[in-house]
Amino acid sequence: MSSNGQHGNDQPNGQPSKGTDQVKRGLAQMLKGGVIMDVVNPEQAKIAEDAGACAVMALERVPADIRAQGGVARMSDPDMIEGIMKAVTIPVMAKARIGHFVEAQILQALGVDYIDESEVLTPADEENHINKHKFVVPFVCGARNLGEALRRINEGAAMIRTKGEAGTGDVVEAVRHARMMMRDIRKLQTMDEDELFTFAKELGAPYHLVKETRELGRLPVVNFAAGGVATPADAALMMQLGMDGVFVGSGIFKSGDPAKRAKAIVEAVTHYDNPDILARVSRNLGEAMVGINVSSMPDADKIATRGW
Amino acid sequence: MKIGVLALQGAFIEHEKTLHSLGIETTQVRLPEHLEGIDGLIIPGGESTTIGKLATSYGLIEPLRAFARQHPTWGTCAGMIFLAQDIGIEAQPILGLMDIKVNRNAFGRQVDSFEVDLEVKGLDGGPFHAVFIRAPLVESAGPEVDVLARLDDGGIVAVQQGHWLATAFHPELTEDTRLHQHFARMVRGT
Repeated sequence: MSSNGQHGNDQPNGQPSKGTDQVKRGLAQMLKGGVIMDVVNPEQAKIAEDAGACAVMALERVPADIRAQGGVARMSDPDMIEGIMKAVTIPVMAKARIGHFVEAQILQALGVDYIDESEVLTPADEENHINKHKFVVPFVCGARNLGEALRRINEGAAMIRTKGEAGTGDVVEAVRHARMMMRDIRKLQTMDEDELFTFAKELGAPYHLVKETRELGRLPVVNFAAGGVATPADAALMMQLGMDGVFVGSGIFKSGDPAKRAKAIVEAVTHYDNPDILARVSRNLGEAMVGINVSSMPDADKIATRGW
Repeated sequence: MKIGVLALQGAFIEHEKTLHSLGIETTQVRLPEHLEGIDGLIIPGGESTTIGKLATSYGLIEPLRAFARQHPTWGTCAGMIFLAQDIGIEAQPILGLMDIKVNRNAFGRQVDSFEVDLEVKGLDGGPFHAVFIRAPLVESAGPEVDVLARLDDGGIVAVQQGHWLATAFHPELTEDTRLHQHFARMVRGT
């Protein structure tokens, strides 16, 4: 290795391949330990990047506004997404409706870095999710438990996030979903291997992915927390529960001082197990988003039940 | 021997797992005091802007630079950007050590990310399967820099300059441990 001179390239390299599972899952691995922030315009995207976000989610309305305004929530205007892609150098994600593979085709044509097939938008298909294997761009999908996560991975999802309950500022559902996933994985690891077949059936998940999860002791793809994270403490809580990183939707730009809160949440995710730093970054952040208590919310208003 | 992995953001656990499989002890570096007692440092892949901002906020830039001047340091992807002297923009904090000019996101967006079998100078046992994710590219390298690997179009993707190693791709994402073994030899040699 120490010899001088240029590499001669006398032997040609292999053929490059794009859009492989390795490459799709790999970007999610590079996002780990980071915060992905919802932004609705290039100015917010710059604030997020300056605060240290590892990616942004470009969308027209944050979940809190989708809740407040109602109506059908769809993929955002390509012009608005492109404006955000031009404003920052970090990866840009965008949302497609569950099952709406044409919205996904459009987002891939725009060159977004990740597609979120998201329950926050109004589902376009009540039986089928997008066949994500058909795309070069990677997908992230929401899940409430291990079975749902593995079904999405089987369809080609390269990253999973808890659904939580988006747009509420209440972390309780994200905690519930993270704990359910972790509990099922622990259960899987202590089980007799002869019991895996029936457990796979109970989960509604393919056997080979159940087996792989057992061997890895974790999901085969990166798993972020999402849906209700509003404070640095919420973000660190999700990290200590074993999540790989955090999405913050309405929690930043619906708060009193978005730039300061965004930076504090980024630092809380890096130093999630250092209470002294968490105490320091939690100070004087101004108003948090107002929030909706999930336990007093009618079932019909919950969006985590979307997706199958 | 203990190798530190900068653990501000990104794929630091993957590097630790590979090193553990080689029986090498690791530690996560998040604050300046975590640099004490380590013999080498890996700066992993992740978002270079995020890592740069966190390193600045926690007073790590100067301690990292001082450490890397003295000890073997390896940057993968974002870590390569960190080690470079020239990345074409002023705003982003870097260590600025290796005599290379690096173009960040040189290949475009995620849909242009790829994997390829690569000939790496000095590695026995055939090509190295290299995974490039929104990867940087070395646009030019100074006379002291040893070029270890190029793409078919001539683009430089692995370099070494003395005790500094930089790869545009991610050896921590594949099972091939040869580059980690190479780095471990660099650390042992000092």
